[in-house]
Amino acid sequence: MTTTSIRVVETPLVLYALRRADDALVLGHRLSEWCGHAPALEEDMALANIGLDLLGQARSLYSYAAEMEAAGHTEDDFAFHRDAPQYRNLLLAELPNGDFARTILRQFFYAAFADLYWRAMMASPDPTLAAIAAKSEKETAYHLRHSAEWVIRLGDGTEESHRRAADAVAYLWPYTGEMFEADAAERALVDAGTVLDPAGFRDAWDKTVSDILAEATLEKPAAGWMQQGGRSGRHSEHLGHLLAVMQSVPRAIPGATW
Amino acid sequence: MYTQALNARDDAPAIRPAEELEQEARFQARVDAEERIEANDWMPAAYRKTLVRQISQHAHSEIVGMLPEGNWITRAPSLRRKAALLAKVQDECGHGLYLYAAAETLGVTREELTEQLLSGRAKYSSIFNYPTLTWADMGAIGWLVDGAAIMNQIPLCRCSYGPYARAMIRVCKEESFHQRQGYEIMLTLCRGTPEQKAMAQEALNRWWWPCLMMFGPPDASSQHSDQSTRWKIKRFSNDELRQKFVDATVPQAEYLGLTLPDPDLRFVPDESGDASKGHWAYGEIDWAEFKQILAGNGPCNRDRLAARNKAHDEGAWVREAALAYAGKRRARQAA
Ligand SMILES: [Fe+2]
Ligand SMILES: [Fe+2]
Ligand SMILES: [Fe+2]
Repeated sequence: MTTTSIRVVETPLVLYALRRADDALVLGHRLSEWCGHAPALEEDMALANIGLDLLGQARSLYSYAAEMEAAGHTEDDFAFHRDAPQYRNLLLAELPNGDFARTILRQFFYAAFADLYWRAMMASPDPTLAAIAAKSEKETAYHLRHSAEWVIRLGDGTEESHRRAADAVAYLWPYTGEMFEADAAERALVDAGTVLDPAGFRDAWDKTVSDILAEATLEKPAAGWMQQGGRSGRHSEHLGHLLAVMQSVPRAIPGATW
Repeated sequence: MYTQALNARDDAPAIRPAEELEQEARFQARVDAEERIEANDWMPAAYRKTLVRQISQHAHSEIVGMLPEGNWITRAPSLRRKAALLAKVQDECGHGLYLYAAAETLGVTREELTEQLLSGRAKYSSIFNYPTLTWADMGAIGWLVDGAAIMNQIPLCRCSYGPYARAMIRVCKEESFHQRQGYEIMLTLCRGTPEQKAMAQEALNRWWWPCLMMFGPPDASSQHSDQSTRWKIKRFSNDELRQKFVDATVPQAEYLGLTLPDPDLRFVPDESGDASKGHWAYGEIDWAEFKQILAGNGPCNRDRLAARNKAHDEGAWVREAALAYAGKRRARQAA
């Protein structure tokens, strides 16, 4: 381990695992920022729970990436010794928590995709990915239920909560399209039958989102211009700050074990 | 634990009807027989009041205690440590919830108790008014603060009030897990680089004396232990618990290769003649500092209360939305 960044040989499978791991780590990290500051103690518990599930998913996926890369890297090398441009997560995952409405909507949009995605990935011919998918699917089903229930409560609660939820939908919407993108590297895995094309989940995601937003009396935005770049390391301004905090201790003492 | 701030006396009225004295005698007989008092049983008003104060102070301590460790969740230096720390802070929140529920069995509401905390009227453990400055503080807190909490709480598992005793049994299991985890962080640092070991020593230097204060004022100046002892709420005096803690901790520090920041620390053998038996005598505790912290002048008192108030205030619209939605749903179902 060093203070400088590691170099990763991103074969399609390593890149695939890092992308999903980074989604889970960065989003889990964001949720952990709420700990001790949530609107109610029950929500401190719930957000920590979801954050812990995502951290667990990230660790499994990093371990898998390490195994596939076979360069002696560990989960912590991937998490703490890559710079922002080496991170491969969705922009959606790194967006700041904002108010509780934004945190909940961000979780809902992600979980509505991840739940479908992991459930289908349980059939992957790669036994490790299938096992990670099985565990993640169970967890994500709860994340989806929890966040969807809050979307409905906030949307159909008070005037203020409705306004905040609507603002969150509007702010986050342009970041939802990236979930369905696959580049050439990922397409190679799709063609080989190892992983599933995320684009294939768009209609089902759309239906879940439409149903819940309708129940929440929130308007679903029209399809529009979508932001992307996280998957190839072109991030928002926010990720650098997140990583500066997250990586500060291990980068301060080279070679240390924690 | 975190029962240290109990230092106001609840005097019973001077003249009481014979019936009440009889009830009180029956109550005391049950306590003496080690029976558990349950929520619906008759109990003296002062017993109820003492318990509400102690349990709510304990609950507040768990909740405020989330903040100093929460300060390092985003900076935990490995994914394993990050998950463990997040889970630990979440446990503390769970402890707060069980304890508020235990207090509610005595006829108060969580809202009232929360209001007392937020307004600054309620006390919580002095220890959480110290800052967490380095990663080693996560080790020192787990090892020493959770360790002191366990010393205090194990006897509370036999507290005469059933709901509190049962909450403590559950809480103690998790606290001892936290303590081992904290000690393991310290051990890793002490076996690490020279910088890491120095970080561990520096954290110990800062946390040692505040941890000794966690057991509350010395017996000589502690006002109301007597009644709590008769009621079997308190089983050991502050000084007894503090001594147990010091005796347990000195060899642990030695094993880590760390020095406790007390030049007066020395082993005093007891009269058994066995030189290995005795106690660790420790130096003078700075009770003036303790008093200042209880009076609100610790390094973090203001920040801790401000953080809890901010979470509460900024969460108001969320809680209102949940209530409004529940109301709408009920109305729709009734229609
Ligand atoms: Fe405790
Ligand atoms: Fe606790
Ligand atoms: Fe604890």
